[in-house]
Amino acid sequence: MHADSQGAWRGLSIDMCRATAAALFGDASKVKYIPLDAAKRFPALDAGEVDLLASNSTMTLSRDAGADFAAIYYYDGQGFMLPRKLGKRVVGDLNGSTICIQPGTTTEANVADFFRQNKMTYKPVLIESVDELRTAFFAGRCDVLTADLSNLYATRAAYAPNPSDYAILPRAITKEPLGLAVRHGDHQFADIVRWSVYAMIEAEEYGITSRNVDEAVKIDNPVLKRILGVTPGMGKALGVDEKWAYNIVKQVGNYGESYERNLGANTVLKIPRGLNNPWRDGGMLYAPPIR
Amino acid sequence: MAVESLGSAPRVKVAPWNDPVIRGWVFQIVVVGLVGFLAWYLVSNTIDNLQRQKIASGFHYLEREAGFEIGDTMIEYSPASTYARAIWVGILNTLRVAVLGIILSTLLGTIIGVGRLSPNWLLSRICSWYVEAFRNVPLLLWLFLFYKLISEAFPGPRQAISLMWNSVFLSNRGVYFPVPMADPIHKWMGLAFLVGIAGAWLVARWARKRQEATGQPFPVISASLGIMVGLPALVWLAGGAPHHMSWPELKGFNFAGGTVIQPEFTALLVGLVLYTSAFVAEIVRSGILALHKGQSEAAAALGLSRGQAMRLVLLPQALRVIVPPMTSQYLNITKNSSLAIAIGYPDLVASINVTINQTGQAIENILIIMAAYLSVSLSISAFMNWYNKRIALTER
Repeated sequence: MHADSQGAWRGLSIDMCRATAAALFGDASKVKYIPLDAAKRFPALDAGEVDLLASNSTMTLSRDAGADFAAIYYYDGQGFMLPRKLGKRVVGDLNGSTICIQPGTTTEANVADFFRQNKMTYKPVLIESVDELRTAFFAGRCDVLTADLSNLYATRAAYAPNPSDYAILPRAITKEPLGLAVRHGDHQFADIVRWSVYAMIEAEEYGITSRNVDEAVKIDNPVLKRILGVTPGMGKALGVDEKWAYNIVKQVGNYGESYERNLGANTVLKIPRGLNNPWRDGGMLYAPPIR
Repeated sequence: MAVESLGSAPRVKVAPWNDPVIRGWVFQIVVVGLVGFLAWYLVSNTIDNLQRQKIASGFHYLEREAGFEIGDTMIEYSPASTYARAIWVGILNTLRVAVLGIILSTLLGTIIGVGRLSPNWLLSRICSWYVEAFRNVPLLLWLFLFYKLISEAFPGPRQAISLMWNSVFLSNRGVYFPVPMADPIHKWMGLAFLVGIAGAWLVARWARKRQEATGQPFPVISASLGIMVGLPALVWLAGGAPHHMSWPELKGFNFAGGTVIQPEFTALLVGLVLYTSAFVAEIVRSGILALHKGQSEAAAALGLSRGQAMRLVLLPQALRVIVPPMTSQYLNITKNSSLAIAIGYPDLVASINVTINQTGQAIENILIIMAAYLSVSLSISAFMNWYNKRIALTER
């Protein structure tokens, strides 16, 4: 996520906030964004400073016990980037490599565990500052840079001298499901957040986009009618307006539209959808039925 | 009270709250009480909070498996080693850079400091530019500069610059060079080297006595070097002269075999030495300038050359002025080596940081790191104080 040239926030996680606002108030712009750093975000949620945390936080048991994760909106994982000219295509080829790692998170323990499990060796170069680490990698001090895949794609797009010279290996060695968290016990709000994300996923599955949603309401299909509130009941059950999902798709778009706009092939990031494909296309996006 | 104050004026009776002695005691007790209370409050509060948050305390984690890799180790280490071992690796890495830094910056600093006093205009100018340049830019920036120079200026391992008939390789992964294969004879050669040092010391003592008695100088330096190198060499020959070498060769991503000096270590050492030697140079210069001009004139009158005068007359006396401030510089090198974290040299701070991150036991780890730096610094101070006492002017 980032602020664009007009100062408006953009990003997949921002779209999740906008979708929630569209369901709740009928207006996607009714969100107040508060930037927080990694250490302060969960205390800030707990203290009521924010109501919804959309800050690329990995859902884990210990975090879910303190806050409530309403939905997972992106499947990330720790991966590896290396110069294409080295000719390595799979993670198993990395035996004996030198790896640039930022210390201070679980990243280095993950690498150590993965290499030991696979009876491979490596040499770490740990540099605290992210800028210095990046420079060292692009200068060739290490063969490989490791971080979350989304982070690697962003690094390659923004900092590589020539992005096409660098390959990001397809396999992730950890599971990093990024979730939307609400305060512990805030059940009704958690439901609204959860189904706002599901509505975006369902809309993509049924081919409803922000452009064709006005035609879609006229189609005589019981599933579409329920989702878009033509047949009432779903909004009432959730405690929001019956046109909640219509508003989400109309104002924010379906999941695929949001993905393409923020991370897809036409953006600088160019992140392949991979695990974030709909389940029919081999991904993990699977929304329970809206009925 | 039988105590009489000076001038034997009788002690004036005053109210207890105006009596300086009583007042002094009251203030002391109050201050000690406050400090004690504060310490008690901090410790008990910390223990309470740790227990409430169910954070384990104690040093048991040191026995557990560390599970992280370290890029540059002097002793055997793997992720299966314990946290204690990982921290020990860090301490050794810190000591390695500190000890080498102290030796090299003393040598370089002395040369620069003496050079600044040279009658040669160009040499003294260059030396003073050196001092001004290095001591007026923060060390961290020098470290970044040297690290960048090494990683940007040298080629990758596959295009490494090879020297000495393909036995030494320079690349941005460091300097690779061949080393002898491990052999049991090495232990005995080490022992022979220690014996050689003892022998050299005896030779030096004997030569000094002889010179004092007869006035005849003896080539102590070459004789000592001969003993220190010759003894291990004899042991090596006696052991059948094992000469199998481990040669560095390109294998997969990088060189395998031989041994390597890594760029992080080089950048840190070069940065520390160049920076600190600027301060050492000023200390040496001030020490020499503190001597009376008559000392150098007297040395010249005795027919000593400029070099001999410096080595035999001026520097030994200047040492008395030089040693105390030098101690601070040695302590600075040791502590400044913790800037290693910025360029990725795996020193003590790096090991401790990872350990804190993985175990969550910040307090214990901070105590370890403080104890480690404190004991290294106190050892340096103790040694320098002993040395200072030894060279101090002994009045007869």
